[in-house]
Amino acid sequence: MKNIDSYTHVRGESLFVNDLILRHDALFGLCFDSPVAHGKIKSVDYSKAEALEGVVKIFTHQDVLGENQIGGIIADEPLWAEDEVHFWGQPIAFIVAKSEAIAKKARALINIEIEKLPVITTAKEAKEKGSFINAPRSFNLGDAKAAFADCDYVLEGETFSNGQEHLYLETQGCYAVPLENGTIKITSSTQGPTQVQKTAARVLGIPMHKIEVDVIRLGGGFGGKEDQATPWAVMAAVAVQHLNRPVKYMLNRHDDMRMTGKRHPYTSFYKIGLNKELKIKAFTVEFLQNAGAAADLSPAIAERTLFHATNSYFVPNVSTTVYSCKTNLPPNTAFRGFGGPQGMFVIESAIAAAADQIGVNRRAIQEANLLSEHDEFSYGQIARQAEARNSWFTAKERFDLEKIEAEADSFNQKNKRFKKGVSLMPICFGISFTNTPMNHARALIHIYQDGSVGVSTGAVEMGQSVNTKMLQVAQSIFNIGYEKIKLETTNTTRVANTSPSAASSTADLNGKAVEMACNSLIGRLTTVAAKSLSCEEKDISFREDFVFVKNKKSDLSWEELVGQAMLERVALSENAHYATPVIHFDKTKEKGHPFAYHVYGTAITVVTVDCLRGIYEIDTVKIVHDFGKSMNLGIDLGQVEGALAQGIGWMTLEEIAYDENGRLLSNALSTYKVPDIFSAPKTIETIPLETEGSELAIKKSKAVGEPPLMYGIGTYFAIQQAVKAFNPNYKLKFHAPFTPEKVLMGLYETEEQNHVRQNGKTTDSNKKEIRVRK
Amino acid sequence: MDMIEFILNNQRIKTSAHAGITLLDFIRDHQQLKGTKTGCREGDCGACTILVGTNNEGRVDYQTITSCISPLGNAHGKHIVTIEGINLPKELNTVQQAMADNYATQCGFCTPGFVVSMTGFALNSAGTEPAEYHRCNDAVSGNICRCTGYKSIEKAGFQVEKKLLEKNGNQQIEWLIREGFIPDYFATIPPRLTAMKREQSNGSTAGSGHSYQPGTITNVANGTDLYVRHADRLADEAVRLLGNEKDLKGISFSNGICTLGANTTATEMQEHPQLQAIFPNLKKFLKLVSSEPIRNMGTLGGNFVNASPIGDMSVYFLALNATLTIGKADGTERTIPFQAFHKNYKEYDLQSGEILKSISFKSFSKNDYFNFEKVCKRTHLDIASVNAAGRITVENHQITDAHFSVGGAAPIPKYLAKTAAFLIGKTVDPKTVSEATEILQTEISPISDVRGTAEYKRLLAEKLFLAHFVELFPAEMKGY
Ligand SMILES: Cc1cc2nc3c(=O)[nH]c(=O)nc-3n(C[C@H](O)[C@H](O)[C@H](O)COP(=O)(O)OP(=O)(O)OC[C@H]3O[C@@H](n4cnc5c(N)ncnc54)[C@H](O)[C@@H]3O)c2cc1C
Ligand code: FES
Ligand code: FES
Repeated sequence: MKNIDSYTHVRGESLFVNDLILRHDALFGLCFDSPVAHGKIKSVDYSKAEALEGVVKIFTHQDVLGENQIGGIIADEPLWAEDEVHFWGQPIAFIVAKSEAIAKKARALINIEIEKLPVITTAKEAKEKGSFINAPRSFNLGDAKAAFADCDYVLEGETFSNGQEHLYLETQGCYAVPLENGTIKITSSTQGPTQVQKTAARVLGIPMHKIEVDVIRLGGGFGGKEDQATPWAVMAAVAVQHLNRPVKYMLNRHDDMRMTGKRHPYTSFYKIGLNKELKIKAFTVEFLQNAGAAADLSPAIAERTLFHATNSYFVPNVSTTVYSCKTNLPPNTAFRGFGGPQGMFVIESAIAAAADQIGVNRRAIQEANLLSEHDEFSYGQIARQAEARNSWFTAKERFDLEKIEAEADSFNQKNKRFKKGVSLMPICFGISFTNTPMNHARALIHIYQDGSVGVSTGAVEMGQSVNTKMLQVAQSIFNIGYEKIKLETTNTTRVANTSPSAASSTADLNGKAVEMACNSLIGRLTTVAAKSLSCEEKDISFREDFVFVKNKKSDLSWEELVGQAMLERVALSENAHYATPVIHFDKTKEKGHPFAYHVYGTAITVVTVDCLRGIYEIDTVKIVHDFGKSMNLGIDLGQVEGALAQGIGWMTLEEIAYDENGRLLSNALSTYKVPDIFSAPKTIETIPLETEGSELAIKKSKAVGEPPLMYGIGTYFAIQQAVKAFNPNYKLKFHAPFTPEKVLMGLYETEEQNHVRQNGKTTDSNKKEIRVRK
Repeated sequence: MDMIEFILNNQRIKTSAHAGITLLDFIRDHQQLKGTKTGCREGDCGACTILVGTNNEGRVDYQTITSCISPLGNAHGKHIVTIEGINLPKELNTVQQAMADNYATQCGFCTPGFVVSMTGFALNSAGTEPAEYHRCNDAVSGNICRCTGYKSIEKAGFQVEKKLLEKNGNQQIEWLIREGFIPDYFATIPPRLTAMKREQSNGSTAGSGHSYQPGTITNVANGTDLYVRHADRLADEAVRLLGNEKDLKGISFSNGICTLGANTTATEMQEHPQLQAIFPNLKKFLKLVSSEPIRNMGTLGGNFVNASPIGDMSVYFLALNATLTIGKADGTERTIPFQAFHKNYKEYDLQSGEILKSISFKSFSKNDYFNFEKVCKRTHLDIASVNAAGRITVENHQITDAHFSVGGAAPIPKYLAKTAAFLIGKTVDPKTVSEATEILQTEISPISDVRGTAEYKRLLAEKLFLAHFVELFPAEMKGY
């Protein structure tokens, strides 16, 4: 089944927030934000802006009737800055005017005086200065310290992975409308409708039932609209509270890129110990997460980094620690993978460094350490249905790795200017919110008296086709035509207290709730049917829009049955609540069983580097992926390809750059490049691994949103191998993304240069001296 | 005030809206057509892609453009097509069906832009060329999708390409209508545009939005540079739309000199048979410049005056040792060597009231070789870290004339006079080239910025210079 929105999508008829026809008295909002990354606000002069014709009001923290606070996990983030600003782009005021153009002109008329304070842009510097969001966390298994003593090889090193801009094609935005009695309806492009509702109520000082949040769909989210869609919606709501007129606020691309957080950059220090058989005996890491100026979701993301620090390998002695470092960047936030990719990049780097040192192929170490059934993760969960080895060996065999490698070798021998690199990248990703209390969802299903069905859930449609999957679940139980079932918008008045659509688990949680609600309804309808057809309930089934008795079609159609149920005053609506069983996690011990299940897979990546120009192409990515029993392979393959492209972007061309003053330089699509059609791999081949799937996955169809992003990490190591093939003097560096610049510098570095660079300053790219020429 | 008149989808528009507002705002806000999306407002995402049909003696040629950086005034006399204008009443058109069939839409925000670009491809495809996989990719080179990873879109494109192979080149529009690519009103557009033009020349409306007060005018060619930075200002202020000035158009050859009007677009260059003959790799070179919609819009004049130190066309024409013709305020003209045009960072030799008219260069003999190189973070639709061009004349194994340029390595697009001088009289071989790069290093002065560190740009400039020789003289440069 195709994405149910395909028809309207391809015709340009799908509605996004920006497409709503506004009420005639609607006003337009625009943020005035900090022009420095850290400072004390001395004075702000709004008088000229306020005097501009068409400006209705400029809102600041003084207009907040409730609490000027939007921090979710930790209350450390004001909606509007009060005395101090902590990042470049931090909201200070909200201009509301008759048009966007007027608001923009007004913004240019605001005069602000700020006393600048020292700026921290890197996690390392924050750690040195003791600037943290919260206390560090550590996971431990075995005794790493002692185990190093028994290792034949011990290596230490540093890695860096840069941030990543979400670049959802639809920027952040919302439209807030006053209803009666102080109620406000906010249409928001958010992954977390409840988060918007809760925060708006808090800031406005009103009960949650006075805020209705409605989400039609998102033009992409990728985590960037999990927490960070909230401030804009709340600002608009504050304005509505005061003005009693609708307020729309769509961020333009520059404002969006400047003011919102991104994937966290990580600087990490690892130590890895192996024995002669290439078994990793001990692994320690200190992760420095660059959290930005406020907590946002950083503590949860830091936690997931620890969960995935050993990727799909079994390591008996592990000690990992993560520091959420407070800096003067915009608060960094959720991004597909949620800290997992950053964790995996480190162990993959450590393995590459070890392989280089020992003089073996990187994949020999990977292969020697793959997880097996009953192995223990560092957080105490025992691997079940572990498909790490299965996916690895299936990939090797089905894609004929030997041949791929032999071809690359012979290519490299024949060619001087072009070199190929091959890498393998296994993944293992845990499914569930790691914060156990968040693993729940509800569905509200109405069967209308004409037999048509409306399905509401807490799931937000953002391109992952969750609505299509919900429809499939309902359809598979009712067995009526697809056109009879409609997915409603996500609305807090229909489905309340939801967790955000995130952690890849939206379809699982909401799908299970849909399943439960449909089963209850079908139970009641079965009773009505049995009575009507004078047969036993156990003989009733539903198929092809009709009731079947003992597998034979009866005369009773779905519509007639529903009509009958109406007459008999049977409830045709059902609300179901699902909470994932089994999972638990004890944060005091850092042990438990936090994940419903894990998703596995292995990718083989082949790249070709043009060693004259330092540019590269990705020839192919071949994947064996554990979908469980995919309920919609077309859609799931799309998730794999889309996530892979984002992972590759993160590892290759997407380079976030801040200057030393904390100003974002890669602040537009002209300076921040995401993959285009030509930078995608020339071919992507995905083979579904034949596995049982998990009972905790909806229809045994495993979550697929995030895991495949991490296949992209393989690209880094494939490029690295090609560079090394050209230049034996190249010293391995683990500093993502591997931009054409780093490739060319690597291709032509000499032994001397290595020496200079190692003894020189660190390579933290945030720190380079930068000017802009356009 | 002059009215702007054009056909929007199937509807005649006559508007007194300011010629300087963007077409995107006109479409979405004035006409409430919401299918065209806003993703970046700087020509870099393609969510706002639309088609512009130009009447060419009764035949309408369609091109994609990004409506977010295109002035409304440039729509005058044209057929403007948005996603709504290619929808069939009750079913999906062929392109849309291909997108749906191949799971090529996820969040859907980029999708209308892709559909419009691919429809533009269908309108332009001659239909007879053999199936080359992924030809349609070029048509969506200006469209970014953050969800799909593109493979599904590529497959949809392939499905469209296959269908187009059945097309008979002579019956463009009729065939496309019959096969469900476009709605049938397209057949009525050529006569309607012709009639509109006739009415206008009869004086009912003069057209093109010359609604400015003298003295406060911004010259706008196709706006791809101006609108990225100044869209808000241009929505209020007076604009002079150079696009309407006929004498800035056209590519001509006479007495061994090729002359291109300042309004020539990259697409017009790329499609020109004589230029293709001079530069056998022309399409390959220009594919490195922006994207298809931007190439349909961006002009040579705009590229030279935008004066970016990494302007691709500046670098290209510097190495051609070209001559610039400038129209003075009093109506007379002056010519200068193009190398003398750019003075310093964003400073150039153009007085107020002057405009660029054309650029010309000496055509090629069989001894002339040309190469263009460009490296950026992303190979396509990106601004160069460093770009470079070279024109080399070799007679009897000896270099008799040479011109080189490099961008991104100095405050202006740099003409490498000393490097070229060094090479005259030498033979092409690795040692000579290597010596020349040492001189090249003394001529450039790159700085560190978002497009790379100074150190990188130095190395890259050297490698791209080397690449000219490796590409043009593979036999002599054996070993690379
Ligand atoms: C998404 C995108 C990608 C791009 N990619 C590239 C790229 O890869 N390489 C590259 O080099 N450039 C690129 N550009 C920049 C731009 O497209 C080119 O510089 C283009 O050639 C500008 O032409 P235009 O007609 O659109 O200029 P306009 O924006 O209309 O004008 C630019 C400037 O030139 C002046 N001007 C124009 N014509 C004349 C004239 N005849 N006489 C006097 N002044 C004149 C205008 O007043 C203005 O100051 C890109 C731009 C965008 C938006
Ligand atoms: S809105 Fe992105 S190209 Fe126009
Ligand atoms: S489908 Fe979401 S951006 Fe393309």
